[in-house]
Amino acid sequence: MKIVVCIKQVPGTTNVRIDPETNTLVRQGVESQINPFDLYALEEAVRVKERMIAAGVETTVTVISMGPPQVEEALRETITLGADDAALLCDRGFAGSDTWATSYALAAGIKKVGADLVFCGMQAIDGDTAQTGPGITCHADYSLATYVSKVEEIDEKRARVWRLLEEGYEVVEIALPALFTVVKEINEPRTPSLRGKMKAKNAQIPIWTVESMGLDAEKCGLKGSPTQVIKVFSPEHRAGGAILEGEAPELAAKALEVIRERCTC
Amino acid sequence: MAIKVITDSCIGCKICVRSCPANAISMDGKLAVIDLNLCTYCGSCVSACKFAAIVIEIDKQAQGDLADYHGIWVFGEQNDGELAGVVPELIGEGRKLADKRGCELSVVVLGENIAHLGEELAKYPVDKVYLYDHHELARFRPEPYTRVLAQLVRKLKPEVVLAGATTTGRSFLAKVATELYTGLTADCTGLEIAEDGLLLQTRPAFGGNIMATIQCPYTRPQMATVRHKVMQSAIPGETATAEIINVPPDDSLMRSKVDIKEFIADVGSKVNIVDADVIVSGGRGLGAAENFAYLKELADLLDGAVGASRAAVDSGMMPYPHQVGQTGKTVCPKLYIACGISGAVQHLAGMQSSDCIIAINKDPHAPIFSVADFGFVGDAVEVVKEIIKQVKSGRGIAG
Repeated sequence: MKIVVCIKQVPGTTNVRIDPETNTLVRQGVESQINPFDLYALEEAVRVKERMIAAGVETTVTVISMGPPQVEEALRETITLGADDAALLCDRGFAGSDTWATSYALAAGIKKVGADLVFCGMQAIDGDTAQTGPGITCHADYSLATYVSKVEEIDEKRARVWRLLEEGYEVVEIALPALFTVVKEINEPRTPSLRGKMKAKNAQIPIWTVESMGLDAEKCGLKGSPTQVIKVFSPEHRAGGAILEGEAPELAAKALEVIRERCTC
Repeated sequence: MAIKVITDSCIGCKICVRSCPANAISMDGKLAVIDLNLCTYCGSCVSACKFAAIVIEIDKQAQGDLADYHGIWVFGEQNDGELAGVVPELIGEGRKLADKRGCELSVVVLGENIAHLGEELAKYPVDKVYLYDHHELARFRPEPYTRVLAQLVRKLKPEVVLAGATTTGRSFLAKVATELYTGLTADCTGLEIAEDGLLLQTRPAFGGNIMATIQCPYTRPQMATVRHKVMQSAIPGETATAEIINVPPDDSLMRSKVDIKEFIADVGSKVNIVDADVIVSGGRGLGAAENFAYLKELADLLDGAVGASRAAVDSGMMPYPHQVGQTGKTVCPKLYIACGISGAVQHLAGMQSSDCIIAINKDPHAPIFSVADFGFVGDAVEVVKEIIKQVKSGRGIAG
C-alpha cells in the first residue's frame, strides 16, 4: 500500500500582527514549523503503515509539500518521524497559489506517487481554510473523510473511521483510494528516532516542477487561483477592561452582575 | 503576470522589507528588489507601501460570461431534519447582500423528507426555496452532495453561494468550488458588495491575528463559508412568502464510496460548544480534573457549554472536543468565562472574538487580562463555587 502525507511549512508562530501605524506585518522572530495538524497526519500514516506491515502488506509513507526551497528541511524532518521518503513541489510557477491551485498541484504529486491512501492535517494554522484536502479529491479520484479522529479498521480496500463533528462522532466506512483530513485527537505524534535521523540525513529529496509533473501552468500559482487577496489589515484591537481583586464572594458577586447583564437565559 | 516595484515611485523607505513574511524583499541602494524565488504574492508589501510603488499584475480574463450569473444562494444545511443554527444568520446577511445587489435570495436544501423545512424557510425574507429531496441525501456525504449542488449551480447560475463554516459546509463547499473551478473563501466574518458589484469577503488568518479581504473577480459563483454567530439572524414572518421549488432529483448523482454506519452523540454536554451563547472554560489553573465539575455546573445553570484550554486537554482534564484555540475550536459566544486560563496566544485565537470575556485567574499578570472585559484576580475554582452558591441561594440570573 502506498500512503502519501501532504504537509505545509507555516510560520513558527501565528503571533503576527499588523502595526496599525505603518500597516506592516510585524514578525517576531518567526522561524518555520511543520503545520501542527500535519504532524498528526504523518503520525497516523506511519501507524497505519505499521498496522499494514503487521498484516503482511508491504507499505510505504511518502511525504510531499508545495513551497519554496527551504521546505526541504521540513520534509527531512518528516523522515526522522517515520516517513520513508519525500518530494518537494517547488517552482516559481506555484507562487501565489490559493487553495484551488495548491490542491491541483498536490493532486498531481499524489498521482505521481500512486497513493492508495492520503493523510492531510485538518487545516493550516496560517491560512486556516481547511479547503486543500477536500479540493485534492476533485483533482484526483479519492473518496473523502474530513475531521477524522480515529482509523478504527483499515485494509487495502476500505477503512472504518470516526469523524469528529459538532454534535458527536460519525462512524463511516469508506472505500479506498481515500483521503483523510485529521484532527489532533487521533493520536500522539512520536519524537524522532535515531534510525529516522540517520535515514533523513542521507535522504534524496527530489524537486518536482510544473513541467516535470505535466501541469498546466495556467492553472498554477497566482494565475491559476480564482481568489485574490486584496487587502490585509489588523483586526480591531481588543483592550482589556477593569481588573478587580478581592475575596471570592465579593468577586463572585461582581461577576454575577456581569453575567446577568450578558446572559439571556 | 508579475509583481514589480515601480522604480520612479519607490523612495527607499524599506517599509516593504519589514512587511514581507517571506523575507523576499531587499534593498539595492534606495530601490526595493523582490526575489521572485521567495515571493508568495501575498500582497502584504502592496498594502504596506504608502507610495503605491509595488504592483501585482495578473494577466487573466473572466471565465465565461459572468453577466449570466444572478442571485445569492444560501445552503440550508440540515441535520436530522433540523436546520443548522447558522442558516438564519446566512439568510439575514444574504438578504442585505441581495438587496444591495438588486437580486434574489434563495435557500437550497438537500436532504430526505424535507418538505417541512421548505415551509419553515418560506417564512423567512427569501425569494425562493429549492428543496432537493432524496434518501441518499439524508446525511451529508461528500460525493452526492457535491454532484447535486454543482449540477444545480451549473443549471441555475447563482452569482454568490454562501454556507455555514460547519464541518459539513467547509468540506462540502471546498469540493463544489474545486469542481466548478471557482473561488471559495473560508470562515468569513464579513461580507459586502463593492461598488463594482463584486463580493468582498473578509476573514481572519494567522489564528485571527490578521484580517484579509478577498475577492473572486474572474469566475462565478463567488463562494464563501461564513462563521457561526457573527452575522445577524433574519427573523421569520408569520406566513410563507417565498416560492418553494421541488427539484426533481437525479438518481445518477447519488453514488457514494462512503457509508454512514452510526452516530455517537456527545452525551456529556447539553449544548454544543460552537452553538453555545455562554461558554465556561477552564485551564491548567483549575488544578485538578475534578474541578471541571464546577464549571459544568455553572455552564448548566447558564444554559452554556464547557470549554478547555489546550493545557487542560493535553493533561487529560477534559476531552479534545472541548478544546478552544488554534488547534481546537474557534468559538464566538455572547459570554466567555475563562477560569484558570493564562491566555496564551494560541488560546486567544480561538475565543478573542467573543462578545464579552470574563477572566478569573490567580495571576494578575496573566495575558488573558489584556483581552478580558472584566478581570478578577483570585482562585478560579473558589470564585466559580461562590457564583454557583449565590445563584442557587436565590439571587438568580434573571434579575
